[in-house]
Amino acid sequence: MQQAIGIRSIDDLFSPIPAEYRLARDLAVPRQMAESEIVDWFKQRAKENGEGYSSFLGAGAYFHYRPVVIDALVQRGEFLTSYTPYQAEFAQGTLQAIFEFQTMISELTGMDLANASMYDGSTAAAEAVMMAVRVTGRQAAVIARNLHPEYREVLNTYATHQAIPQQTVGFTSSGQIDLKQLEKLVGDDTACVLVQSPNFFGTIEDVEAIADIAHKRGALLIVSIAEAVSLGIVEPPRTADIVAMEAQSFGVPLGFGGPYCGVLATKEKFVRQMPGRLAGQTVDKNGKRGFVLTLATREQHIRREKATSNICTNQALVALMVNIFMTVYGKVGLRELAKQNLAKAAYAADQFSKHAKVLFAGAPRFNEFVAETSEDPYAINSRLLGHKIVGGLPLKKFYPELGNAALWCCTELTTRSMIDTAVGLVAESERSLLTKDAEPEEVTR
Amino acid sequence: MTTKHITRKATRHVNQNEGLIFEKSSPGKAAWKLPPLDVPEVDTAKLLGKQERKDLGTMPEVSEIEIIRHFTRLSTWNYAIDLGMYPLGSCTMKYNPRVNEFVARVEGLANGHPYQAEKISQGALQIMKTLSDCLLEITGMDAITLQPAAGAQGELTGLLMVRAYHESKGNARKKILIPDSAHGTNPATAATVGYAVENLKSNQRGMVDVAALAAQMNEDVAALMVTNPNTLGVFEQEIHKIADLMHDKGGLLYMDGANMNALVGKTRPGDFGVDVMHLNLHKTFSTPHGGGGPGSGPVAVKKILAPFLPTPVVITNPNGTLGFEYNRPQSVGRVRAFYGNFGMFIRALAYIFANGPDGLRQTTEDAVLNANYIRKGLEGTFDLPYDTPSMHEVVFSDKLQSKKGVRTMDLAKRLIDYGFHPYTTAFPLIVPGALMIEPTESEPKEELDLFIEAMKSIAEEVEEDPQFVLDAPHNTRISRLDETAAARKPVLRWKP
Repeated sequence: MQQAIGIRSIDDLFSPIPAEYRLARDLAVPRQMAESEIVDWFKQRAKENGEGYSSFLGAGAYFHYRPVVIDALVQRGEFLTSYTPYQAEFAQGTLQAIFEFQTMISELTGMDLANASMYDGSTAAAEAVMMAVRVTGRQAAVIARNLHPEYREVLNTYATHQAIPQQTVGFTSSGQIDLKQLEKLVGDDTACVLVQSPNFFGTIEDVEAIADIAHKRGALLIVSIAEAVSLGIVEPPRTADIVAMEAQSFGVPLGFGGPYCGVLATKEKFVRQMPGRLAGQTVDKNGKRGFVLTLATREQHIRREKATSNICTNQALVALMVNIFMTVYGKVGLRELAKQNLAKAAYAADQFSKHAKVLFAGAPRFNEFVAETSEDPYAINSRLLGHKIVGGLPLKKFYPELGNAALWCCTELTTRSMIDTAVGLVAESERSLLTKDAEPEEVTR
Repeated sequence: MTTKHITRKATRHVNQNEGLIFEKSSPGKAAWKLPPLDVPEVDTAKLLGKQERKDLGTMPEVSEIEIIRHFTRLSTWNYAIDLGMYPLGSCTMKYNPRVNEFVARVEGLANGHPYQAEKISQGALQIMKTLSDCLLEITGMDAITLQPAAGAQGELTGLLMVRAYHESKGNARKKILIPDSAHGTNPATAATVGYAVENLKSNQRGMVDVAALAAQMNEDVAALMVTNPNTLGVFEQEIHKIADLMHDKGGLLYMDGANMNALVGKTRPGDFGVDVMHLNLHKTFSTPHGGGGPGSGPVAVKKILAPFLPTPVVITNPNGTLGFEYNRPQSVGRVRAFYGNFGMFIRALAYIFANGPDGLRQTTEDAVLNANYIRKGLEGTFDLPYDTPSMHEVVFSDKLQSKKGVRTMDLAKRLIDYGFHPYTTAFPLIVPGALMIEPTESEPKEELDLFIEAMKSIAEEVEEDPQFVLDAPHNTRISRLDETAAARKPVLRWKP
């Protein structure tokens, strides 16, 4: 090949790089490894990463069963190793799958249509706020304090340079947002109200009432959904204008936080202000049905600095996992799955309430609940780790006012014996605190 | 005429038809089974009241074999790297090693929860730390965040840091300079961060015009966003002068790392004056494109920008364990929940392990060699608008073929019939009718020869029967689709 090109050595090809910037040494990275060594190295890391623990963690990342057909199908090279389907004739598989994904997400969220996916639930929520600003021509946003705290942080980052003033609406003793306060905060300059349901505490919001307040003043309502399985049994936010969702629960591995699958769904009239890719149905020259990426004039590669967003990729392969999961469970299975989640959390909350204070009673919840203990939950969790159980998420980092409260999650994979063991340890800790000052072991985050 | 131009790489074969999944659905079919409930049943109406959902609408009901067939049939309608060369310029469609997929699915890594205690997260933290160290060594930079979900979010993160840096000096400045050859995300990102965009013209050789830059650079400019090698596949030979010009006026040099596959192991952006850059793990570091994501866009910076990195960052505790540091008062904040696309970190690190220093260097050399082999093979057949030396990709134009009314997109569509994915069309914007070709290091000489043969054959077809090329593709399941109709009256979901 060098001869064909007419060069003497490979280095001739790198002559455009000024000599003083050419690297004359080896990179100081680990030496080349054999495949068996690579596998061993990562298996070792997995052992140091909570392998074999059962967990009560949720809070925006949920451990649900993943049907094996998901990985069997997404690992087909034709899906795994293809690019964004810009050449439609050659990418109908990906395009039709996206079209089916958009259909199922619209159906489940109660919206008219959905996009092909976003990075994750947090960026989807931030993009939804910017979309509402474009739709309404107003600038301000009212954000629920019981929206996932990291989603709020991401929104802050995105909003900083968009001049979007934010106000926070608090929550009441039911864990739901304070409607009276919301009434006062929503004004004629409010572009949108952003809430999460089920919210960060697992409580289901009264979306209709919130929508009334927002719509009365001409603001849009954005509902963030972090636990997608809830849609199997909880009425979707049909009165919302935009749904910003995290679909990780639908067949995407926890994977220490990513990649996940954000998605936006909305009313038909707002579609041209929605960011992200969209697959649309059309016909070919012979009248045969086919699919293309459409409404690209919203996007950065056409509009450059005037685009609706700088977003370029979506999460196609992860959206395909979600798609297959929704297809496997379907109309009946999703409801049954959601019912099991509901039942497990209801049982666990009931058991916890015998020994600790379960907060935010009085409003319906899905598969998470908040329990307050006398002892620091970090200390309780540290002891639970000894039983190979990961306890609920201590909330004081995000909500100092909630003191020793922790957020516990149960899914269909949480067994009764896990729940009973955890409750037993919590009960023991509460009892010992009554008798003597317990000495907490090493406190981990 | 088709008998004369034989497509050696591809043959037509039987292709299964398949409807939408909703069209196969019927009540009672199921592909799921839940274990018996080990806690008491609940009364959903009592628990949820008016919040109970009664109906899931038109969600499908199908059996497992139907699901397997449905998605398998759809998959056969796609082209993929696994089927052959995918020469999309600036997209770096290289082989996606299967060991990457295997290790990403090891249980403790696939099932790790982002909020589990650091004590039982040391494996994940070690992966993040090791990958960070490798990427810093490869780029010659000082500090890094792995959080951004994709290249465009990496750009956003980088520019947020640029802005925070200037603000810390008391003046955020007003604009970002962007060469006319840049990718569309660059100006879109600058606008998101609240900067005005000012275009910078390329010179005769397709590089940043240093004299023009000197004239345009002033105290209002926050940064220059440069892609190097640029979208013509040309290395910015005066990059150090560009860096000096920026730094002299207090500006920063941002490098879009989309084309890092031309540099790894041969030169380091940190050494030639770059202050901040993003990488695309899904390009240079072999994580799969998956039909359009997930990507991963780490951002590497020089020391002066380190205080502004998104939170949290991975640190080594005094006792030697690893942890996350959240208390960083000058941070630009979070750009996404949790820590980034961790699954992609695993795959990228497995790629670095499989290569080592020698392999990484050879990868770059082979990528550049392959691009130059194609350039040599197609020179004369297609117009080469800039004869500046090519690195990992080469950009031709359709100037010769357009005389017959055949444009780059038409040539691309005909290439599909020859069993190849098209190259990148109509980009960069400074080349009218561009054919942007990036073969990557993955292609053996046999595949490159087939590609060159196909392109030459298409050029002959243009001379003999341009209409035949304009009507391409001829061998796909469907012919060219009506995109105008799709956009005018969008049908974005199935309805019964």
